[in-house]
Amino acid sequence: MTLTKRIIPCLDVNDYKVVKGLNFSSISNVGNPIFLAKKYSDACADELIFLDITASQEHRKIMKSLVAEVATTIDIPFTVGGGISNIEHARDILLHGADKIAVNTAAVKNPKLIKQLMNAFGKQCVVVAMDVKRNYNLSENKNIFVQNGKKFWFEVYIYGGKEATGLDAIYWTQKVKNFGAGEILLTSIDMDGTKNGYDLDLTTAVVNNTSIPVIASGGCGHPQHMLDVFQISNASGALAASIFHYDSYSIQKVKKFLQQNDIDVRL
Amino acid sequence: MSKIAIFDYGSGNIFNLKKSIESMGSEVHVISNFNSIQYYDGLFFPGVGNFDPAIKKLVDNKNSKKSFRDILTELPIFGICLGMELLFEKSEEGIENGLDMIEGDVIHLPTTMIVPHMGWNNILIEKQNDLLDGIDNNSWAYFAHSYMVRPKKTEIVYAKSDYGAKIPAIIAHHNLFGTQFHPEKSSVTGIKILQNFLRMCKK
Repeated sequence: MTLTKRIIPCLDVNDYKVVKGLNFSSISNVGNPIFLAKKYSDACADELIFLDITASQEHRKIMKSLVAEVATTIDIPFTVGGGISNIEHARDILLHGADKIAVNTAAVKNPKLIKQLMNAFGKQCVVVAMDVKRNYNLSENKNIFVQNGKKFWFEVYIYGGKEATGLDAIYWTQKVKNFGAGEILLTSIDMDGTKNGYDLDLTTAVVNNTSIPVIASGGCGHPQHMLDVFQISNASGALAASIFHYDSYSIQKVKKFLQQNDIDVRL
Repeated sequence: MSKIAIFDYGSGNIFNLKKSIESMGSEVHVISNFNSIQYYDGLFFPGVGNFDPAIKKLVDNKNSKKSFRDILTELPIFGICLGMELLFEKSEEGIENGLDMIEGDVIHLPTTMIVPHMGWNNILIEKQNDLLDGIDNNSWAYFAHSYMVRPKKTEIVYAKSDYGAKIPAIIAHHNLFGTQFHPEKSSVTGIKILQNFLRMCKK
């Protein structure tokens, strides 16, 4: 056996509640973060990702206590992201029990932050989260892809998917490893919440342009989607939210399905 | 009740390690110097950080490397991941010298692999040791590292893991113990290993 593929439930947290959105908007409540974290940890989740989707100043204190409560509840690795923009904030979250820090907007605006985080905490601690959307307005110096005869490039978005950056996701992928990232959390805005499967073109392209682990995210609605992403790309992990939150499939069930299809998983 | 110290390099998450050991009934103190080290029954070098900054914190001002070897001859010490790497002579991660308590060095993982080696992998037990009491061969452990140790004396390696190379996963040498994986994040296997270590700390 060797390193297994990671199945990672994600908690999008807003004011002490786990929420779920569609294409990064229209949010609805799904439950208590502590309860869900414990449930997933007990059910053999390989890791847990916790994204603070509000991240206002007032909110920060609440989040720290929530991070500590979740960390106390589980015995698997735990990544926290959302609004982290400097070393002090990152250290604070780590001291409250996170194992890894995910940075997104702040990393795009200030790539030096990635290096600072790596120097302070080690690269295994630094996750660069990338929210990506297909852009069909072609421009120069972009990596162009084609699907069903339509040409497009992959554009990085910031501020929770609200603001386009003009940054080519493939170019950004090539950069972040050298800045010191230890992992990429790759979310397709196009597929997020659709339950139609991961963006396989995007995942494959990102995996093939880096040597650090890539976690595929956005669009998982069925265990088959995880199988697809592992068979087609060399993603190191697959993230899902709604299929676990709504008990459509248990983590165990997903892992058994993957194992039956020759994907190495921890069971 | 045993008294356990965790050395804090100032680099991050020792929360989970502290929480795990406390839940096993030990009194845990986070320390940043070795002034009162004689009062402890065991010491952890935690696993988060970067080689050079961590070494600099350890050998900061008063603590010379020589005094390390003098103080820490009998106290059971558990180095996790980076904490284990620090026990060696040097590392490709940094330019600083290591603590030089174990002969050998720390090298980068094979570049043919996705690095960091991040996630759950099996531990392949080579031979028995008190630290491995009750641990089955092929148990799952959580790894998150870019470097691996290369001990001069291979007999100090008790378990390995397969990732493009046979990575030393568990080492033991006199009072020194180390795991490349994170026991505090490795569910039931990790809990057992920490319990085994704490048993050795009891006087």
